[in-house]
Amino acid sequence: MLKHRVIPCLLLQNQGLVKTMRFRKPVYVGDPINAIRIFNDKEVDELMVLDIDASRAGRQPDYALIEQFAGECFMPLCYGGGVQTVEQARQLFALGVEKVCLQTAALRDMKVIREIADRFGSQSVLFSLDVKKEFFKGLRPYSAASATTINRPWQTLLREAVDAGAGEILLNAVDHDGMMDGVDEALIREASQSIPVPLIAVGGVGSLEDIRKALVAGASAVSAGAFFVFYGPHRAVLITYPRPSDLEALMPAP
Amino acid sequence: MRVGIPSLPCGNFLSVVKIIEKAGGSAEIVSQPSDLQRFDKLVLAGVGAFDYGMASLTSAGWADALGELVLVKRTPVLGICLGMQLMCDASEEGSLPGLGWIGGHVRRFIANPPAAIKIPHMGWNTVQVRKANPLIASTDGEQRFYFVHSYHAVCRDESDVLATTHHGSDVTAAFNRDHIFGVQFHPEKSHRFGLQLMKRFLEVPC
Repeated sequence: MLKHRVIPCLLLQNQGLVKTMRFRKPVYVGDPINAIRIFNDKEVDELMVLDIDASRAGRQPDYALIEQFAGECFMPLCYGGGVQTVEQARQLFALGVEKVCLQTAALRDMKVIREIADRFGSQSVLFSLDVKKEFFKGLRPYSAASATTINRPWQTLLREAVDAGAGEILLNAVDHDGMMDGVDEALIREASQSIPVPLIAVGGVGSLEDIRKALVAGASAVSAGAFFVFYGPHRAVLITYPRPSDLEALMPAP
Repeated sequence: MRVGIPSLPCGNFLSVVKIIEKAGGSAEIVSQPSDLQRFDKLVLAGVGAFDYGMASLTSAGWADALGELVLVKRTPVLGICLGMQLMCDASEEGSLPGLGWIGGHVRRFIANPPAAIKIPHMGWNTVQVRKANPLIASTDGEQRFYFVHSYHAVCRDESDVLATTHHGSDVTAAFNRDHIFGVQFHPEKSHRFGLQLMKRFLEVPC
């Protein structure tokens, strides 16, 4: 039986790890290499590192830093942030990254997803879709780089990304980011049913029960940031990851 | 134990080097086919499309050099992911012939409703050992590995199947005939399970 993946999502800013709330107020939570070492020792299913400044600043991925990350990972590593071309993706794969995650460049033109999928396979490219509640309009796609909502149905973008060859979708509920207030089950359900590729749900996980709910709603994998780096009501920084037996117990029956 | 890894344009070999080193061997990414003969063992790794992989192998002379070492000198070889698929006769993903070291075809997963499966098969899955073999012991307890693939090898001879995994149906997770091994999953990304497998591959007699 394929096991559902539970994926720590680490946010990178100025070579440090940060955690945001609703995509704002980044708080420094530590050194990325140290965190990645700990997650590797805890045998996490997979790891995601997103540079939240690269696209905003129009900057290239920090290849030297990413190479160090990959060297610490004896599990799959996905990188996102500032990836705009198939050549950049190639460089990342050569460093030992398994998957690249795109948003900003793909929102401009899904062609870049197709180019990466054609050359390296669908499994190597994720489309990251952020959705945010808009008054009177419901959920809308959100561009993290420009901090604006996009006036199109999120379902359309999802379909375009999958048609272009995205092998996986990272679906982030912006309103739940860093809040640890529960996942958007309805959103996860609708999104996962509408695509043939795996869905990674992120945003709102505050407990193992939240992870279970996201899986029951149809996510193939669940990602979380705050849940794995904060401990207790005062959000003290402590890196944790559930034991395999705890994760095993969460899995919904097939 | 020195392991040579052909530097094909379709792959991510640093992680493979790292796991071999962690397992106690030494590994080198080889850029000239003629240099392969310096090595005790070979790893054929790669990701991407079948035809792109085969074209990478044939255009630069890799296929001939590998064939000589594997089929004539019987150098132990481990194919990983696409590397495993390239060892077969052919693939539904492409039109070029494969290396043909292991009889069989590479087929696409089929998502049959209502038991719809997500394709690619991506994530951690357990494997069931199908025969005594040097790579995975059935007494090792639950073995889980990281898979990422949309196609899987179907061996012509059932006795070549080393282990299977379940995704919609039972599919080949690893095959083996004599000194030729292939794994569909990524040992280099499978924590201690992959490390154990790589240690065992290093122990396979040359």
